Amino acid sequence: MCRGRKLVTFLQLTLNGLAVGCIYGLVALGFVLIYKATELVNFAQGDLLMLGAFVAYMAVIWWGLDYWLAFLISVVTIGVFGALLDATILRNVIGQPQFAVVMLTIGLGAMFRTFASVTWGSEIYTLPTPFGGVWQVGGVTLSHQYISIVVGTLILCGVLYVFFNHTRVGVAMQATSQNQLAAYYMGIPVKLIFSLIWAISAGTAAAAGILLAPVTLIDINMGLAVALKAFAAAVLGGFGSIPGALVGGIIIGLIELYAGATLPEGFKDTAPYIVLLIMLVVRPQGLFGTMTRKKV
Amino acid sequence: MRFQFKTSYNQDIRLFKDRIDTSWYGLLAVAVLAVPLLMSDYYVGEATWVFIYAICGVSLMALVGYTGLVSLGHAAFLGIGAYAHAYFLQHGVPWVVSVALAVTITTASGIVVGLPALRMTGIYLTIATLAFGVIIQEVFSRWESVTHGFAGMPVEKPTIFGVPFHDEWAFYYLCLFFLVLVLWMTRNLLRSPTGRAWIAIRDSEIAAQSMGVNLAIYKSIAFAYSAGLMGLAGALFAHKIGYLAPDIFTILLSIQFLLLVIVGGLGSLHGAVFGAIFVALLPPLIAILRDSIPASMNEAAQAMNIKLLAIIGEGIGNFLKKPGVEAGIFGLILVLVILLEPLGMYGRWVKIRVFFSTFPMYRGATFKRQKSYMRSERLR
Repeated sequence: MCRGRKLVTFLQLTLNGLAVGCIYGLVALGFVLIYKATELVNFAQGDLLMLGAFVAYMAVIWWGLDYWLAFLISVVTIGVFGALLDATILRNVIGQPQFAVVMLTIGLGAMFRTFASVTWGSEIYTLPTPFGGVWQVGGVTLSHQYISIVVGTLILCGVLYVFFNHTRVGVAMQATSQNQLAAYYMGIPVKLIFSLIWAISAGTAAAAGILLAPVTLIDINMGLAVALKAFAAAVLGGFGSIPGALVGGIIIGLIELYAGATLPEGFKDTAPYIVLLIMLVVRPQGLFGTMTRKKV
Repeated sequence: MRFQFKTSYNQDIRLFKDRIDTSWYGLLAVAVLAVPLLMSDYYVGEATWVFIYAICGVSLMALVGYTGLVSLGHAAFLGIGAYAHAYFLQHGVPWVVSVALAVTITTASGIVVGLPALRMTGIYLTIATLAFGVIIQEVFSRWESVTHGFAGMPVEKPTIFGVPFHDEWAFYYLCLFFLVLVLWMTRNLLRSPTGRAWIAIRDSEIAAQSMGVNLAIYKSIAFAYSAGLMGLAGALFAHKIGYLAPDIFTILLSIQFLLLVIVGGLGSLHGAVFGAIFVALLPPLIAILRDSIPASMNEAAQAMNIKLLAIIGEGIGNFLKKPGVEAGIFGLILVLVILLEPLGMYGRWVKIRVFFSTFPMYRGATFKRQKSYMRSERLR
């Protein structure tokens, strides 16, 4: 009996960890997409997530729109915003040291947070969703919110997979991230492709933000915490590997939940980082990353 | 236009370039020494913050600006120094010994962090230091027997060899002394083989290695030195802030230190000081503007009988009063500096100086950045 309850608790934690991990995975996916294409590390990813959640909130509460319509509006708005960000600001710093770019995006993130606090206020908001119910399966509570996150992630990943492998633009993006110069020579509009990648990445972040909104609630700092964990996820998976980002995200999510349930207080937030540090010491290039040596 | 004609090696490595340079620094020294005599306690206190931030800046400049290792966890080193110092003071250790112990402990923790960091490059290192910072912050809040957790930890005023440094002006001179000491030490270190090895590592690890620079040793030294300075800054920080709590030493503080070195200008000690002036004085400046802009705009509106001015002034005042605006202004300045002046305030200062010293002959292209197609950091 006792063993059965333990199993139920374990399954419950696994499901919740999976859901949280999917969010980390989606944000990490955004990091990796941009990094693979332009070698920029976008620290503002978490703040794009926050903006996405706020836009959806505005659409639902202020304008009284339907949840799904708000979802679409938010993803498109943030996607366009991401593309504009690339076209106006970030394209200028390609080729500058990585560190400068990281700081640039940190600065942009701070500006977004200020913008959000001035526009929408700095309180905590709830976004009403159609996923209120729960299913009981053998003692395990399957909350629809968590299921919506997992299913949403699966759908998004499926769409992205098909897009990258079976459309002209997707293949052009792959080519660009492999070799910019060769892509130019083949007649691929590299600049446009960069903007598109930013749009996809920002849109993914917005979607993650809306899916996450019922779990953490919406406030201006919701992105920062998620982005730091997602960053750990991306590094854990090996920066530059798309499956690595998703797997890393899920690992971080599971570790967080298991550590929170079994270890003393305080380990919930630090356990993912401890694992990350050990991981980096043992395998500095991450799980799926490849180490390349420069030829001189 | 002034040309320097160097006739010996010693002339090349002098601390101050020539006699004119020396006299300028002398003038600066007099001005800085005179500050407590001329200004009120409030401004002396703010200037003390500048000195403490400048020590932090020099610490990070040695690591980021000269060795090219980016750390997002330096607030943790500051915290370790601050807590260690406060803890030893509480247990009756004399001030000088306590500071020495705090610096030793942070140096040791710097080495511990630096060792795994030797295998990582670029973004991986940044994330590893970030993870370290998060873990240490959690340690501060949980290790209650030493740090008193969120209840906070009071720090007594410094008394050195029985001499009290309780007043603002006394503490000002204490911080000034340590800043000058740190600057002098770092300047000397940078013109020694160690500093040159650091710069070689920053510019190209592979080239440095093939010139016989031992990467492991020099990167460890950089981490240890940087952490040690941060520990010293932490001890002074503890006195200045008076009350330690774990939520001071967050990642946001680490980001602020990086902002300091970038805005000041990477790869120059002047930059560390310029950046410290900027970071320490912007928040009080915003606080002053918050009240004075609406007031002065209102006056102007009444004098000129234009209502619009008063409304604009009030709008600016209300905007500056919103929570989180300060962070946004910092962010905006950071973005503008990286886009428009990647060499920071020191870079701008050098440009102005060159403009005047070469006056009619200034060429705009002197500082033009080379446009490389793409400097890949994937292959290092």
